Amino acid sequence: MESSKVIQAIYTDDDVLMNAVKTVKAKRHHIEEIYTPFPVHGLDKAMGLEPTKIAITSFMYGCLGLTVAIVMMNFIMIQDWPQNIGGKPSFSYIENMPAFVPIMFEMTVFFAAHLMVITFYLRSRMWPFKKAENPDPRTTDDHFLMEVAVHNNEADLTRLLGETGAVEINIVDKEEH
Amino acid sequence: MYTFSNKLKLGAIVLVILGIVGWGYSYMNAHNTTVEDVKVMLAEEAADHGGGHASDADTHEVVADDHSSEGDHSSEASPVDTEHHDDEHAEHVMHQIHNRPYSALYVAAFFFMMIALGALAFYAVQFASQAGWSPVLFRVMEAITYYLLPGALIVLGIALWAGDHLFIWMDPEVVAHDELIQGKSGFLNKTAFIIRALFFIGGWSLYRYFARKFSLAQDNSDDNKNFKKSFRIAAGFLVFYIYTESMMSWDWIMSVDPHWFSTLFGWYVFASMFVSGITAIAMVTIYLKSRGYLDFVNDSHLHDLAKFMFGISIFWTYLWFSQFMLIWYADIPEEVTYFATRIEHYKLPFFGMLVMNFIFPFLVLMNSDYKRIPWFIVTAGIVILLGHYIDVFNMIMPATVGDRWFIGLPEISAVLLFLGLFILIVFYALSKAPLKAERNPFIKESEYFHY
Repeated sequence: MESSKVIQAIYTDDDVLMNAVKTVKAKRHHIEEIYTPFPVHGLDKAMGLEPTKIAITSFMYGCLGLTVAIVMMNFIMIQDWPQNIGGKPSFSYIENMPAFVPIMFEMTVFFAAHLMVITFYLRSRMWPFKKAENPDPRTTDDHFLMEVAVHNNEADLTRLLGETGAVEINIVDKEEH
Repeated sequence: MYTFSNKLKLGAIVLVILGIVGWGYSYMNAHNTTVEDVKVMLAEEAADHGGGHASDADTHEVVADDHSSEGDHSSEASPVDTEHHDDEHAEHVMHQIHNRPYSALYVAAFFFMMIALGALAFYAVQFASQAGWSPVLFRVMEAITYYLLPGALIVLGIALWAGDHLFIWMDPEVVAHDELIQGKSGFLNKTAFIIRALFFIGGWSLYRYFARKFSLAQDNSDDNKNFKKSFRIAAGFLVFYIYTESMMSWDWIMSVDPHWFSTLFGWYVFASMFVSGITAIAMVTIYLKSRGYLDFVNDSHLHDLAKFMFGISIFWTYLWFSQFMLIWYADIPEEVTYFATRIEHYKLPFFGMLVMNFIFPFLVLMNSDYKRIPWFIVTAGIVILLGHYIDVFNMIMPATVGDRWFIGLPEISAVLLFLGLFILIVFYALSKAPLKAERNPFIKESEYFHY
């Protein structure tokens, strides 16, 4: 992929950043990415990002976990080695279902939670041994960094970002990933 | 200031009158039923059911089993002499038919009392935790809790008036022949019942009285003294509440089955009343908002209330299931009889309640966006409230009317009666004070509350 030019503006306060995002959006510039040391409330809305779909995946993972629990308990306790549960040797899944409810619940939560986190990591392009994409390590401490795409309007953008209260403005060539 | 609209007032009065008429009619009807009527009715039923004799006998065996362990009204002994047994059975059924209007009235009265008590506990939690999101809703909560004192006195009054129609341990005849109840009579006797009830009601009402007083006084003060006092009594009340609520549930509900007990029962009733109270708060808030009041309540407040409705519904299910599973697993006759009778004779309300109190709100309120849409909250709220009415129904009815239950005239009239009374009292209380707790130290935070 070709390399593209971006402008990186660094802020030291989340309120200043929020106002800057609104100004930049109002001027119809494209914000590529924002790096923050902590989740900034309302930033996604200000940037105009789509609502997350991760809740839907979580629901589907929960359903998967529930199914796995049902199939698993049916195999373990009813088919493979029929168990006498609570003195009621009926060997029927549905009649012994109350005994399996805690497992069904736990597996639902386990699948929903773990797979959702893994999905989130993958969607954020994070996996083991991945080199960090973070352009400036200070954004893991107390600085906020906004990346705006440049289309031959560096001077304009630099001035605009300077007005919004950026403490540092750099123009960098960025490798596409 | 809210003014109680005449339309709503009239509607509530109509509900009360309809309730009194309907309930009174079914009371007279039930009261005039004699053993002879019951015999005719039973004969007709037997004819209707025709060839179901074998299964009928089965049912009776189960019933007899339950009763010998449960010590219900009847002394339905083993069927030695069929004719004698028939007579006894007819009399037993007649008692059940007589009990029904009392039970219907008691269930509805308890249900609305429970809403007010749950709202009071929720209100106290807001103060004890110094919550910042909720002060805009305080006046709604205070208004709902205004029903607690009259509602609880009515419940107590019905309990004493109905006497052994509801609580067989109030019948000296039964106690004389029942060793298990005799063993409990140090706790379970009429005098102690009244003293405890007055102690509970007195404590709750005292807290509600002072909390309201401090809340109103805070409106016109220039420091936070009243808020601090309210904080302190809220913490004290919550301790008092969790003990007395639990004991109240043994007295007012669990003792209708005096042989049966569950150590989880207080918690389970608590979850029911908490979610009902929160749902009532949400629904009154939405009603007032739709009438143009409470413009300072935004959809984030509704979102939080809906989250509580969702969460406490799951909490209720958790406690209900914890109680059910342990008893089901252990399968001890004296314990399992509680669920055996319910699954045998109350299949629809018993499992229907699970759908209404858990599955429906779980699916409807799961999506974050839906928790902000008023009609979604109202729909879920109506189902939750009906579900918890059925929950109380399932706690009381099997012990008093057995398989002679139906949700018919007496039940619906009783609900209308207390719904009307509840609306009259709650909206009267709403009209007595400004709808915004102006000087609450957290009111600004609450107004700007945004999720």
